[in-house]
Parts: sequence; C-alpha cells; structure tokens
Amino acid sequence: MSGKPRLTYLNGRGRMEPVRWLLAAAGVEFEEIFLETREQYEKLIKDGVLMFQQVPLVEIDGMKMVQTRAILSYIAGKYNLYGKDLKERALIDMYVEGITDLMQMILVFPFSPPEAKEKNIDSIKERATNRYFPVFEKVLKQHGQDFLVGNKFSWADVQLIEAILAVEEKIPAVLSGFPQLQAFKKRMSNMPTIKKFLQPGSPRKPPPDECYVETVLKVFKK
Amino acid sequence: MAGKPKLYYFDGRGKMESIRWLLAAAGVEFEEEFLETREQYEKLLQDGSLLFQQVPMVEIDGMKMVQTRAILSYIAAKYNLYGKDLKERALIDMYVGGTDDLMGFILIFPFLSAEDKEKQRAFIVEKATSRYFPAYEKVLKDHGQDFLVGNNFSWADVHLLEAILMVEEKKSDVLTGFPQLQAFKARISSIPTIKKFLQPGSQRKPVPDDKYVETVRRVLRMYYNVKAN
Repeated sequence: MSGKPRLTYLNGRGRMEPVRWLLAAAGVEFEEIFLETREQYEKLIKDGVLMFQQVPLVEIDGMKMVQTRAILSYIAGKYNLYGKDLKERALIDMYVEGITDLMQMILVFPFSPPEAKEKNIDSIKERATNRYFPVFEKVLKQHGQDFLVGNKFSWADVQLIEAILAVEEKIPAVLSGFPQLQAFKKRMSNMPTIKKFLQPGSPRKPPPDECYVETVLKVFKK
Repeated sequence: MAGKPKLYYFDGRGKMESIRWLLAAAGVEFEEEFLETREQYEKLLQDGSLLFQQVPMVEIDGMKMVQTRAILSYIAAKYNLYGKDLKERALIDMYVGGTDDLMGFILIFPFLSAEDKEKQRAFIVEKATSRYFPAYEKVLKDHGQDFLVGNNFSWADVHLLEAILMVEEKKSDVLTGFPQLQAFKARISSIPTIKKFLQPGSQRKPVPDDKYVETVRRVLRMYYNVKAN
C-alpha cells in the first residue's frame, strides 16, 4: 500500500487533467483508477466516498477530496506552488480562475453537436486571443520574470502551460502575436518535471475522442 | 473613503452576493458602485480595471481583484474564516465548492424563459434535497458541532447559510427532513454580524427581478438566451 495520491476518474482529460498536471509538475507520483462502467460509478456512490456524488475524486493524506478547485488548492498549498503570502495567493487565484474559464470552453467542446463545433472553435480562439492570452502576455512583459507570480514557479504557471497546449491543439497558430507566451511555453516545457510529463508514457491523457465522450455519457447517464 | 473595500457590480445579487455576505459576516464595512449603464462598464474596461473584462471587481488592499472565487478566498483568509491549517482549508474549499455549484443553478434562474423557470425550480429543489443538503446534514450530524469545519465559524458556514436561504426562496419548506440544517440555519442567522446583514437596510440585495435582468443584459450586451440545466 503506497502513500501516493489516488485519482478516480475516467480514462481521459476532463476535469481531472489539471490535477494530473499539477501533481506531475510538483514531481508527485500518483495512482489512477479509471471509471469504465456505470456499475463502478454506482458502487462509489453507494460506498459514500463521493461527497456530492461526483468525480474527480482524489484520495490524498487520508482525505477523500472532491471538487476540482479544492483538490488543486490543496496540492498547490502542500507542494509550495501557491506563492509566499496572501497577496501572491490572490494573484495566483485570479490567474488560475481566468484560465479555468478558458479551459471550460475546451472541456465542453467534445460534447457539443457537430454543427456547433466550428462556431465553438471560433469562440475559443476569440476568447483566448482577445481576453486571456493578452493578460498573461502583459503580466510577463511588465515584470520580465520567468514565472507569472513572485518570480517563482507556481500553480498559475502550470495552469497556463496546460491551457496554451490545449488551445494550440485546436488552433495551432494561436500564439502568433504573443512572443512572451511563446518564450514562456518553451521555458515551462523544459522544466524537468513538466518535460517528463510531456513525454509519451506519462499519465498525461490524449485529447478527448469519440470513445471518451461515449464513456462519459454511458457512466453518467441520468 | 479609502480603506474600505469597494465593490463594482450591478445593483443586485448575481456573483457579487456571496462577497457581500462574507464581508458582512466578517464585520467588514464596504462601499459599492453600481453599474447601470453601458458607458460605466466601458469606462472600467478602458481604464484597465477589469483584468478579464468582467465583474465582479473588488478594490481591496491596493488590488483590483476579479474572479469571485479569488476574491472570496482572499477575504476568508484575511479575516480568519479559512480554517487553521491546510486540511481545514481543504474541507472548507470542498464544502464551498458544493454550495457554489448549487447556487450556480439559482444564479441563472432570472435569465430563463418562464417555461424554463419552472423546470429549473424543480431541478434546483431536486439537487438541493438529494445531493447537497444531505451532504451537509451528514457533516453536522457526524461531528455534532455548531460549525461545519474545525469547531470554528468559517466561510463554509456563511456560504451554506446563503445557499439555504436562496433555495428556501424557491421552495419555502425545503428544509423539511433536514433537522441539523434547520438548527444550523437558526444558529448562524443569530450570529450578530449575520443577523445585522439579514435585517432591512443592510447591503444584502433582494431576489433578482426583471429590472435587474434588463440592466445586466443592457450593460453587458448579453442578449442571448440562457439554457436551463
């Protein structure tokens, strides 16, 4: 029996992917249980391990944690990726929340009908290039440091590199016009723990495909 | 006047209400600037005051904070409503996550068509009584303490009371079958700062009406239809 955090989710990105990113970035090994059937999910509910009957679930330090943000905040706090004081934490929280809003559009994308997909890609591109990326481009330009907050690697940096890569999968040239973010992407990708996570064979999950969507609908059907 | 947090939002609940609740519960006086026109909003945008072009925005301690969750976390920590350590904070974050999801269903309610409103009301009550209230009822029953986390008043208690009252506005007897929550509601409502906030004349905002919806749509140019859950 290990002391490693144990993640319970589907075998795909969804709401668990930021947790995988953050643990990996912190150099923390973890185990995963993949939900494949409705029965597995119903058993979890019956066993009373899902406080709000939902996954993600992360078993960590004796807690059965649910609610993605709560899980991420705990990991960030535990592994010193949450700034040095309340004000740095406030900045990290603001940046992470903004990025999460952008990622939400990508999260729901696989579940939109085929005829809406092109429009949705345009919306993602619009938001990324007009609302979110300019903010982080400016932050990096203004302080000229390697990391978003407090001249130190934090949860905000991990969240941003994840988002950049996710958006690029949909819109490959999205970073043209954002030189700071291009340099940031390169820097983050070269950090040892992140570089490892970006290599084949890591716990990183591939972009959601039809099989993933099918599994989600099957496991969580109402 | 300098020193007090200043809230920028519409004159209504929306995403700012939880912030009003938390500041009030912490006994912190605050000022408010209400967005009534598109021009006001555009000025805030031009001034660069809104990091992601959105409200809520709260000026506090020299920062122009946006993102409701970030603002709430900052206030909770600053006023010692965030538990005593990382694990208590984790519990508070989990509990607040749940009440946030529940209040999210109510947040969109005023923007729904009349027909969707009835569907949504049923949905809210169903989720409250089968998913959320049972979870908090169990927490309180299991430890038998007055507050959700660490035997100490915290953000989680404020958020849960706010959620309970909001659901009750949709169905007044919704706490039937939840004796712990009934007692919790009575207890937390009588905490002096909260009692004061619940009285007429406080900065608590009323249930959103058509005028509120009109203002939001006009200021944000948000004319699309919102879907029910």
